[in-house]
Amino acid sequence: MRTVDGMDNVIEVDDLHKSFGRTRALDGLDLTVASGEVHGFLGPNGAGKSTTIRVLLGLLRADAGTARLFGRDPWRDTVELHRRLAYVPGDVSLWPNLSGGEVIDLFGRLRGGLDRARRDHLLERFELDPTKKGRTYSKGNRQKVALVAALAADVELLILDEPTSGLDPIMEARFQDSVTEFRQRGGSVLMSSHILAEAEQLCDRVSIIRAGRTVESGTLADLRHLTRTSVDAELAAPPTGMAALAGVHDLLVDGARVRFDVDTDHLGDALAALGRFGIRTLTSNPPTLEEMFLRHYGDEVAPAAGDGTSGHQRSGQEHTGDGPVEGRKALA
Amino acid sequence: MNLLAGTGRLVRFHLRRDWFSLLCWIVGGVLLYYSQAASVQQLYPSQAKLDTAARAMAANPAFVAMAGPARALNTVGGQVAWQAGAFGEILAGLMSMFLIGRHTRAEEESGRGELIRSYAGGRFAGVASAAVVVLIANVALGAAIAGSLAGFGLPGAGSLALGVAAALAGLVFGGVTLVAVQLTEGIRAAYGITGVALGAAYLLRAAGDVGNRTLSWLSPIGWGQQMRAFAGERWWPVSLSGAAVVVLAVAAAALFERRDAGAGVLPTRAGPASAGRQLSSGLGLAVRLQRGSLIGWALALLFAGLAYGSIGNDIGDLLGDSELSQDIFVQGGASMADSFYATSALMLALIASGFAVASALRARAEEAARRVEPLLATALSRWRWAAAQALVSAVGAVIVVLASGVGLALGYGLVTGEWAQTGRLLTAPLPYLAAVWCLVGFTWLAYGLAPRVATVGWLGLGFCAVVMLFAQLLRFPQWVREISPFTHLPMVPADSFALGPVLVVTAVAIALIAAGVVALRRRDIA
Repeated sequence: MRTVDGMDNVIEVDDLHKSFGRTRALDGLDLTVASGEVHGFLGPNGAGKSTTIRVLLGLLRADAGTARLFGRDPWRDTVELHRRLAYVPGDVSLWPNLSGGEVIDLFGRLRGGLDRARRDHLLERFELDPTKKGRTYSKGNRQKVALVAALAADVELLILDEPTSGLDPIMEARFQDSVTEFRQRGGSVLMSSHILAEAEQLCDRVSIIRAGRTVESGTLADLRHLTRTSVDAELAAPPTGMAALAGVHDLLVDGARVRFDVDTDHLGDALAALGRFGIRTLTSNPPTLEEMFLRHYGDEVAPAAGDGTSGHQRSGQEHTGDGPVEGRKALA
Repeated sequence: MNLLAGTGRLVRFHLRRDWFSLLCWIVGGVLLYYSQAASVQQLYPSQAKLDTAARAMAANPAFVAMAGPARALNTVGGQVAWQAGAFGEILAGLMSMFLIGRHTRAEEESGRGELIRSYAGGRFAGVASAAVVVLIANVALGAAIAGSLAGFGLPGAGSLALGVAAALAGLVFGGVTLVAVQLTEGIRAAYGITGVALGAAYLLRAAGDVGNRTLSWLSPIGWGQQMRAFAGERWWPVSLSGAAVVVLAVAAAALFERRDAGAGVLPTRAGPASAGRQLSSGLGLAVRLQRGSLIGWALALLFAGLAYGSIGNDIGDLLGDSELSQDIFVQGGASMADSFYATSALMLALIASGFAVASALRARAEEAARRVEPLLATALSRWRWAAAQALVSAVGAVIVVLASGVGLALGYGLVTGEWAQTGRLLTAPLPYLAAVWCLVGFTWLAYGLAPRVATVGWLGLGFCAVVMLFAQLLRFPQWVREISPFTHLPMVPADSFALGPVLVVTAVAIALIAAGVVALRRRDIA
């Protein structure tokens, strides 16, 4: 299902700006998604992920910059483009008196048809009862309705806004299977998340945004230097020489117990070193996006292209975990 | 008692959220009664005229069915009790229904109920606080009604009886709602149950008042009327309402204990596993979403039309020939009956406009609930989505207005036996469709420009209603009257039909809707 117009990039966003009143939601955002890849769109809450997606869907009009889907303008060629994509919002709202099955079929038909067999298979995979009315679904089940509708459609691109936020771990795994299958059929995926681990499972490449601009983009291996894993281990004997290892930070040794953070690049070496003292128990926590931001960028937004003047106004937002408005709040 | 812990705090919290809407309900209720008292005095300046009208009213079974048993109709108090009593009790019932629903099932449905319950302490605090708020609201409403009537100069005992009747009816239907919200999982279904109970109570007393008297005693609205306000009051029917309130409250508490939070006692009906053929376009969806309320409005307007129509030819006797009724009803040259039906048609069109504005505002509600975003992310264009919504409002208005005309003709025919007027009365409200569409267009333009101001649609309707009903009385300047699209349309059957103005106003309506859709196309969607 390659695009016929010879485009290699399904999504191209360049220097996108969007403000809601005084709130700057997007402040020079760049994003490129190649055909056939699963692209993670990462950033803390309020960074502008949903706003970007809504510009790409032609729901919001950008103030400046360009956004291209399949090489076309999402604001002007909305309907033609929407035949080729399916979208799952972060917070799915259903009509209280329409059943899940009715909503799935409605969305399928409005997109121009859905694969009946795949629909039934997906209902089974996600253990979703299609006869329940919208008002009686839980958050996770509402999300499943939207996921089944999107995954059953015959489209080239999936745009998913925090698609797993209401799913339990089993359903999350089934969701990942579905995305993998979709990719095997030749489709491309843009998936936003604020959890790095989720992106690691699925994504070929990720873009990390903060305060409306792109701060990093590349494969997760490329970004590995940004991340640290925290390790907590109980050993057979008190360790020695740990402090001398490359990439180890904040080391705490208490008898045979050891805690430290290690640059993910050097995780293997650190574990090998621990192994020499006999590991009894080992807990390691994968790096989170928030920690990464705190460590790597401190309080300030790293300017994307080396201009050191902008970006002071939003300091401190990561600490509270509920940063400024992600655009939509202004409409409430 | 720790089952009730936190009730007081919740009551204060509810009252803080509700004080304004409670004030509106109470002011509305007082106006309903007080305006009857004032207008009776103005319409019938002499006792002789009131006597004539009272005889005509009491002899018209349609009137008795509509309002209640005819007692002491040749007194101002008797007129107020008769004309406002049943409707005041319904108003109190509706107020209680919405109060209970809002603080119980609606909270549970939204998930806020769980949050409140986790803090509030007592298991019954939520239910009890809603009941206390309803009690306070109905006592205040009853006191305001009684006080305002006594202040007007009516006898104290009768004024008190009317206030008590309204408050008790409110409490009974509050109790019905309290039971209903235990039964159903959704708030709309609970409102449906209470609505049916209100309708049944009204119809039972209607049937009882014109026929078998026992039926009136089965109706909570009938109990209030059996107190005979201003016609030799009797107080013991209070015990019937009081007993009903206690039984309903106990039943609600028992059901509440038996069910899980968030669930209803009745199982929710499952929907179809896949969509029918209708649900495959923006139009199909819009029809499906508005079907229920359209049917409700059409029935309501049919009923309202029946009510006006059933006045038949008694209108001359009823209205007397005071200056006020001349001002309101007589449009130069036409007969009293024709003028009256022209005004009725206008009233019906104004009520039907309520459907039109509410329907036009559905688009805004859909957007606010974030259900538009995923729809517009499919191949459904904004233009098609908006056009489907507006089309359902416009065609729905035709159905609702037509239903009112059918009611008018049917009511008149049934009471007078003259079916020759059917065509004239049936079509009398139709010219106003153009103005109703203008209100749809006005609402759409506001919504297209900025959803948060879209509710000015209601202001537009309010303005039209004031201009059409009171402009002559309040001596509005001509240019103000001409802002209302209704002003420009022929008042059939008092005036003869003229196509020109209808076409012009329709063109304005289409332009307004189109401008709204274009504005929507250009703005951000939430």
